[in-house]
Amino acid sequence: MMNWTLALPELVLACAGLGILGIGVLPRRQDMFFPVTMAVLGALVLAGVLTIGQGEGAAFAGQYVSDAFARFGKVLILIGAALSLMLALDFNETDRDLARFEYPVLILFAALGMMLMVSANDLMTLYLGLEMQSLAAYVLAAFNRDSERSAEAGLKYFVLGALASGLLLYGLSLLYGFAGTTNFDRLADTLTGEHAASLGLVVGLVFVLAGLAFKISAVPFHMWTPDVYEGAPTPVTAFFASAPKLAAVVLLARVLLQPLGELGAQWGQVVWLIAAGSMILGAFAAIGQRNIKRLMAYSSIGNIGYALIGLVAAASPDPAVRDEGVRSLLFYMAIYLLMTLGAFAVLAAMRRRGRPVEAIEDLAGLARSDVGMAIWMLVFMFAMAGVPPLAGFWSKLFVFRAAIEGGYVWLAVIGVVTSVVAAYYYLRIVRVMFFDPLNEAGALDVRPASLTVVMAATGLFTALFSIAPAPLLAAARTAVAAVMGG
Amino acid sequence: MNAAGFPILSLITFLPLAGALVIAFVRGEEQVVASNARWTALWTSLITFGLSLILWFRFDRSSPEMQFVERLEWLPDYGVAYGMGVDGLSVLFVLLCTLLTPLCILASWDSVEVRVREYMAAFLVLEAAMVGFFCATDLLLFFLFFEMVLIPMFLIIGIWGGERRVYAAFKFFLYTLAGSLLMLLAIIFLWYRVGTTDIAALVEAGVEPRFQIWLFLAFFAAFAVKVPMWPVHTWLPDAHVEAPTAGSVILAGVLLKLGGYGFVRLSLPLFPQASAELAPLIFALSVIAIVYTSYVALAQEDMKKLIAYSSVAHMGIVTLGIFTFNHQGLSGAVFQMLAHGIVSSALFLCVGVLYNRIHSRDIARYGGVAKVMPAFAVVFMLFSMANVALPGTANFVGEFLVIVSAMRVSFWLAFGAALGMILSAAYMLWLYWRVAFGRVTRDSIRALLDMSPREYATFAPLVLLVLWMGIYPQSFLSFFEASVASLVEQHEAAVGGGARRLAEILAR
Repeated sequence: MMNWTLALPELVLACAGLGILGIGVLPRRQDMFFPVTMAVLGALVLAGVLTIGQGEGAAFAGQYVSDAFARFGKVLILIGAALSLMLALDFNETDRDLARFEYPVLILFAALGMMLMVSANDLMTLYLGLEMQSLAAYVLAAFNRDSERSAEAGLKYFVLGALASGLLLYGLSLLYGFAGTTNFDRLADTLTGEHAASLGLVVGLVFVLAGLAFKISAVPFHMWTPDVYEGAPTPVTAFFASAPKLAAVVLLARVLLQPLGELGAQWGQVVWLIAAGSMILGAFAAIGQRNIKRLMAYSSIGNIGYALIGLVAAASPDPAVRDEGVRSLLFYMAIYLLMTLGAFAVLAAMRRRGRPVEAIEDLAGLARSDVGMAIWMLVFMFAMAGVPPLAGFWSKLFVFRAAIEGGYVWLAVIGVVTSVVAAYYYLRIVRVMFFDPLNEAGALDVRPASLTVVMAATGLFTALFSIAPAPLLAAARTAVAAVMGG
Repeated sequence: MNAAGFPILSLITFLPLAGALVIAFVRGEEQVVASNARWTALWTSLITFGLSLILWFRFDRSSPEMQFVERLEWLPDYGVAYGMGVDGLSVLFVLLCTLLTPLCILASWDSVEVRVREYMAAFLVLEAAMVGFFCATDLLLFFLFFEMVLIPMFLIIGIWGGERRVYAAFKFFLYTLAGSLLMLLAIIFLWYRVGTTDIAALVEAGVEPRFQIWLFLAFFAAFAVKVPMWPVHTWLPDAHVEAPTAGSVILAGVLLKLGGYGFVRLSLPLFPQASAELAPLIFALSVIAIVYTSYVALAQEDMKKLIAYSSVAHMGIVTLGIFTFNHQGLSGAVFQMLAHGIVSSALFLCVGVLYNRIHSRDIARYGGVAKVMPAFAVVFMLFSMANVALPGTANFVGEFLVIVSAMRVSFWLAFGAALGMILSAAYMLWLYWRVAFGRVTRDSIRALLDMSPREYATFAPLVLLVLWMGIYPQSFLSFFEASVASLVEQHEAAVGGGARRLAEILAR
């Protein structure tokens, strides 16, 4: 039975990547950036179309699975990769050093790795996908090779990432050792009944959680985030904050719910602590930041905390609450992805006289010099603060609802309190843009059209989401039913 | 089904948003943009007001039911719908919003000179949120509009405000957000247990008494901040002082009523037992607010601050009236909210008239204004007297009804409320005396010009209304009589003779 066609989107993406790489090494490479970027965008769109039409089932001897859950993740991963690639479209004019054809190709391979992550049905596929994404990401972080900060970010990310991969691998081997299989379905079968909570498995579980918590930058494995976010070029940071986070969260949800679903009582507590810690740290540590990319790093840590509330609820033994929890998690991540990309589009447009600037003060008086961009940023900031009618309100609403359904009232209360604290620093950005006089250094450069497109697309989504929240919820419902139904 | 034949409430809600969108796309030179933005905003708000008058004429006053109902599925899986409708309790608030917005735009015509386009757009967004709030019949929609108000108001205070505008804007935003997020958790709890967010269905389903206290307190956190009740009122004087004139008008005229309306619309029907249990607490806070903030008002040197504290005191009378649970008390509270919406707005507009000319809110900088601005002095006098609740003005009706109902609960409660009236006479008359009378000693006062035609136009409807409401209150009371009666009936059925029980609690 050759059912490899099931993995058509990944195969197409892999072939496209190899092909583009081959073309890229041909001479005239200085001018290859733009055509290669467009080709990669085309490949991502094609993969997206193929993903939507993808069939159901397992392939490659059960290593790979295609279901609605994976497709939900993949479509968003491809959107995230494509939009963050669009943020780099103007490298041609602005950062000639960065305009090398490897950049889009690395994004493509990272996207491929992420697609494998969310389709993994086996511990090995999980690890391979994760590493494929991570390796591409390490290079991307250090992509600005003449910048010390970028090189430092790349190195830091690599060393800590390798450590996390080690932890993860150790956990995976423990799981394999105690359960005797790496396949998710068989793991789930083995883990029912009295074998469920053997000590070795729980230790393995904790290691797996630690490794994945690093990838989603949840407390206490968040330390790399501010430094890497600050050092990497802004479009790369945008990429890190969006698609890989979503992929790792989706993967985490699948691992915890499918093979390890029986251990909910164990991992539920751990995730509770991680969620609460991330929300608290994300809210309080961001207050003192002056660099807007560091601030967004803490904001992303906090956001992961809110998303994980959904996962805590998913540990509930009650199937209705569990499904609601996973749904809210997916829903949260989808909205977060688009919101955060929009905010980073504004950050990417922060240039003065051709050089990128990243202090919060550099936004001062933006409403006077470029009211359009200021309004988009206002939309993203209020959305992240969770103020209705913007999209961020809905994502918070549903994770809080999942928490209350599951009886985790205190977690919801922590979420509410940290929301108010976090609102303070989001408001501070609005204040700088709208209330303060124009920065003495002058107005920001005129933003390139590609960034305006990203801002407008994500901004309209964020602002008008309230009109029709139902389709995204329905998609999340279908996705969850695919994993939880069987 | 819908007496107007078309979705009138949605139209009133979203027309201002459309106006804001048009303004956002105005392009050209700064002067032209400003002028176009002003006119677009004025016409949008006037058309909205015109449409809302249909509600006045077509509303069936004998029915306590929701009217002009609209319903669209929103999240059918979760029992959430886009539900709009007005009943006697809300219809007049809708009219209050649509009336005050064009007046605010007129009042800001010349006084707002910078970033006019953003200002007018923010005001229209604010109007949409306020109208939507009073029309929502679905709890989630209600919350959505309740919070949406924060965004434009934050900008209005922060961009066009006075010296400490940033502090005031942050304080306003964070206080309200903290309160309303606690309410959000309570809303989610109700939503999850009943499976719908339709307010009528939630009331129908009822809430188990053991949850009521907690849920009531969560709602209370949101509404008490908004009203504002002592001791969470401290954001209000700051916000009022720093906000531009029109911002203060909307703040006092409508935003404070969001809290009071919330109590009447949600807290009372959803949590009748908890309301009855906690009524003594509310009475205590209300009386403290009335007496304490009146004294504070007496000591103010800043006109806006004085009126802001007087607002806290007057809203104390409203909360007191609501929690007496009897017909007079509730009618009085609703009437008082409307009256205060008109009178405090007008007072802030009066301060705005002076401020535009002298650029100071310091009472000591004035004196003898009546000699140079006789017409203004008459208007200012009328509204000062109305704030004192002089018979014949709107406030008298509301405060009188509340005091009568308070008397039925306890003499001391009525005494507290009446003390507030006496103190209000003290601070208002003293304010008026210091500003309007005395000898003209300053050249700046001598050079004052009396009201302009635009200012006449701004005050005319308010003068008319405050007298109409005072002389023939029945044309307003009749709107909410049926609704209040059914509310009281519902409440009595739920707690078994609320007033009696309350008297027992107080006697203990």
